[in-house]
Parts: sequence; C-alpha cells; structure tokens
Amino acid sequence: MTDFNMADAAGTKSGAASPVLTVENLEAWYGESHILHGINFNVNAGEVVTLLGRNGAGKTTTLKSVMGIIGKRTGTIRFGDVDITKTSSDKIARMGVAFCPEERGIFASLDVRENLLLPPVVRPGGLSLDQIFELFPNLKERLNSQGTKLSGGEQQMLAIARILRTGARFLMLDEPTEGLAPVIIQQIGHTIARLKKEGFTILLVEQNFRFAATVADRYYIVEHGKVIDGFKNSDLQANMDKLHTYLGV
Amino acid sequence: MQALYAQLLVGLINGSFYALLSLGLAVIFGMLNIINFAHGAVYMMGAFCAYFLLNVMGIGYWPALIIAPIAVGIFGMILERTMLQWLSGLDHLYGLLLTFGLALIIQGVFQNYFGSSGLPYAIPSELQGGLNLGFMFLPIYRGWVVVFSLIVCIATWYLIEKTRLGANLRAATENPTLVRAFGINVPRMITLTYGLGVGLAALAGVLSAPINQVRPLMGADLIIVVFAVVVIGGMGSIMGSIITGFALGVIEGLTKYFYPEASNTVVFVLMVLVLLVKPTGLTGRATT
Repeated sequence: MTDFNMADAAGTKSGAASPVLTVENLEAWYGESHILHGINFNVNAGEVVTLLGRNGAGKTTTLKSVMGIIGKRTGTIRFGDVDITKTSSDKIARMGVAFCPEERGIFASLDVRENLLLPPVVRPGGLSLDQIFELFPNLKERLNSQGTKLSGGEQQMLAIARILRTGARFLMLDEPTEGLAPVIIQQIGHTIARLKKEGFTILLVEQNFRFAATVADRYYIVEHGKVIDGFKNSDLQANMDKLHTYLGV
Repeated sequence: MQALYAQLLVGLINGSFYALLSLGLAVIFGMLNIINFAHGAVYMMGAFCAYFLLNVMGIGYWPALIIAPIAVGIFGMILERTMLQWLSGLDHLYGLLLTFGLALIIQGVFQNYFGSSGLPYAIPSELQGGLNLGFMFLPIYRGWVVVFSLIVCIATWYLIEKTRLGANLRAATENPTLVRAFGINVPRMITLTYGLGVGLAALAGVLSAPINQVRPLMGADLIIVVFAVVVIGGMGSIMGSIITGFALGVIEGLTKYFYPEASNTVVFVLMVLVLLVKPTGLTGRATT
C-alpha cells in the first residue's frame, strides 16, 4: 500500500478546517473486476478538490463509492465524523451529500421543472428557485420542456441546479465540462467559483485540468485505482511536467 | 340494434376490467421489471375478500370497495418484500416464473376450499335495477362499473403523470440508482408500487364479483386476455394500457355481434398482427 503523504500534508495545510470527507484505503469492485486498489484522500470544509487522471483510472468509481452506489467496497469513508462505508445511498444523500453524475442523469420522462424538483430537500439552506434561475437563466425559459430535449450544456446546468436546491453542502461533480462548448464551460466555472465563495465544499472529477486549474484548491492524481500524487493549486506550475506525464497530455 | 348496444356494453364492462388489470401490470412492470403473472390471482383474491367481508363479517359492498384493495395490496407488499425484491436485476423470466408459481399456489389453495363453482355476490341495493335509455336497457350496476373504472384509471394516470409522487416514480423507473442517490427511498417506493398495482387488480375483482360471481379461477381465465391486451398496448405506457384495455373490450363486444365465432380469438389475432408490425406494442417504447 503506497500511502501518499504529500497529499495529507496539503490537506492539513488549509488551517483549522476539518475534513468533510475522509477516504482511507478504499477498494471497490464492479462485479468481478477490482477497480479501486486503496484510495486515500480527504476534502476539507470549503475546499474545491479535484481528482485528475486518465480515462478508467477510477475517478468516477471513487465518487460512486462515496455516494454508496458501488455494490462492493471496503476501506473507510467518513463524512464528517460519521462512517458511511456501509450506508445506503439514500441515507448518505440525506446527510447532505449531493452527486452530479457524469452522464448527467436527466430524466426523459420528466420535464425540466420535475427534474429540477426531483431531489428532495434534505436540510434547510439550499438555493431557492429564484437563486437557481439567476445562476442559470436558460432553465427558467425551458421549465416545461422534456428534460432530455435540452442542449448538452443546459442539461449539465439542470443536473447541477437540481442538487443546489437540496441544502446539501458537499457536492460531487463528475466531469461537469465534458463535451461542452467553451462558453458553457466558462459559465460552469463561474458557478463553481460562486458556490465555493458561498461556502460549499466540492469534490470535482475532471480530465480537463485547464478547467480544474481555474477552480481547484488542491489536486489528487488517480491512476490504476490509486491516488499516486497530490498538490496544492499554488504548486501547480512546479508540478506541470509531472502532470503532463500523468495525464498524457 | 338492441343486441348491438348490449354487446357494446358487455365490451365496455370487459374493457373496464382489462384496463384496470393492464394498468396495474404496466405500473408493476415499469418499476419492478417483473411481468406479474400473479395478477389474475390477486384479482380473484379481491373478489373473495369482498365475499368474506360480506359473509363472515357482514361488511357490505361499499366498504369492501376500499378494504379489499388495501388488504390484498398489503398481501402483495408482503410478497414483494419477502420474495420479489430478491429478483431485481435478474432476467424477466425469473419474475415471470416466480409469480406464475405464486398464482398457481394461491389459486390452488382457494380451489381446495371453495371448489371451482361460483359463489354468488349480490349487487348492492343502491345499484340494483336498470335504466331504460330508449335505445337500450342499461343495468345500473354495469354502468357504474364502467364509469367507476374509468375514474380510477384516470386518477391513477393523473397520480403517475402529473404529481410530484408520480415524478419520483417515473424517475425511479428510468434510473433507480440515481434517484436513490438523491435521498429517495427507492426500495420502499418499489414495494408501494407493487401494492398499488395489486390493489388495482383487487379493486377490479370486487367490481366483478356481482357480475361474474366469485370463483377461484376467475382470474386465471381473464389474465390470459389481459396479457394479450398488454402486449398490444405496449408495456410501460400508462395511458396506452388504459385506452387499449377499453378499446379491446369494445372490439371484442363488436365481434360478438358481427361475428360471434371469432369473439374469443379476436384479441389474440390482433396481438399477433401488432407483434408483426410493431413488436413494442402500439404505445410502447423500446426497452434497452
């Protein structure tokens, strides 16, 4: 087990902030295939942490394991002080964890309004519909459209918007910029920056590290189901060469 | 002409039962991915429940209309919790075989105690008699069955297509994992959905008790036709199963008038034709 210390150092660096999420020795399986081989990282309150890595490295599986939707997982996942390794996903969501999946998960049989209102409010303090429409004005005009009739960018906005209503303060966003036009990516970047300012804690999965660099506080590199490196955003330039090797870009 | 109207009415009555039963099947299939072969048996249980309520406890038709669907619905939820839930994720065939076996057991138990002949169940006094509409004589009870079934079907459609609860249900039909990850207790919703589908069948059973008598095999005879209706309408579409149910009842009734020899087979002929032209059914979406 290669434990990666620099990441821990970076993690504790953000002062008194307590970890919102702690993942230790996480292993996970899809059926027979062993995907995660011991993932270690943490996310502190108010941070935007990005998992970087190539396709198939295990980033999405890590998010899904935290969310409780991977059948077989071992190790320890703590949300705040609570061990959620064996908790069912509906209970995890009710604790204030919100997940925006890579495939966006917009429901075809629901219109935009129904999609937006689908996730139940789990605690007070979520964004109101007016605040959401202020962030994503497009959605307001398309409330009665079928969810999947929206453009890719609008679907992504809807997927993010609907979890902001719930009052969850810890968001996991899986490749929110994938396949989107630069102007939309910019809008999503602004949104994440604003959420961070409002105190949300965000765990982001990205392949687009140029985008990640505009919002992230810290990075972890995931490869072959392990976290192999990690650094703060301020050390990004110094780590650029390594990063190019890791990501093959 | 009188005979035509009479057959049309019979068609509408049968259509009411087809619609209530295929609606329940569609709801169950959508959520549980199970082809519920026990549907005829729970329909029969609904009728027997009304019969017991009346003859054992002295509780009449109107309370039975509410009590029987709830009681049989609870029975269904117990079946789902103890057996059906373990089949999620498996091939359709397992659910089909399990529910088929359950149907045989339930019907066998009732046959053991009540034989195969029908037990009478009187039409409630408020709905006895008939109306002379001029062009035909309308037995009030039959008119009531058609109107009430239609109302229940439309209410169910409204519940699923237009309410918040229905939106949860539709979403969970599409992607149960994600809906659960939003904090919705999907397993509980699945149990309640099965209870709802079974309850609708039991309600149809109560409605049919005064018309068809109460027999252990009353559901077994009906369910074969209902499955043909479901195949024609397409699994998974709520409005589709309601419309197809009523429409096929009427088509059957018309066939009885114009060509009685074919009246028992016309639904199956239509099923074959629909399968040849549009295998997903008239309103069905292709499943992945």
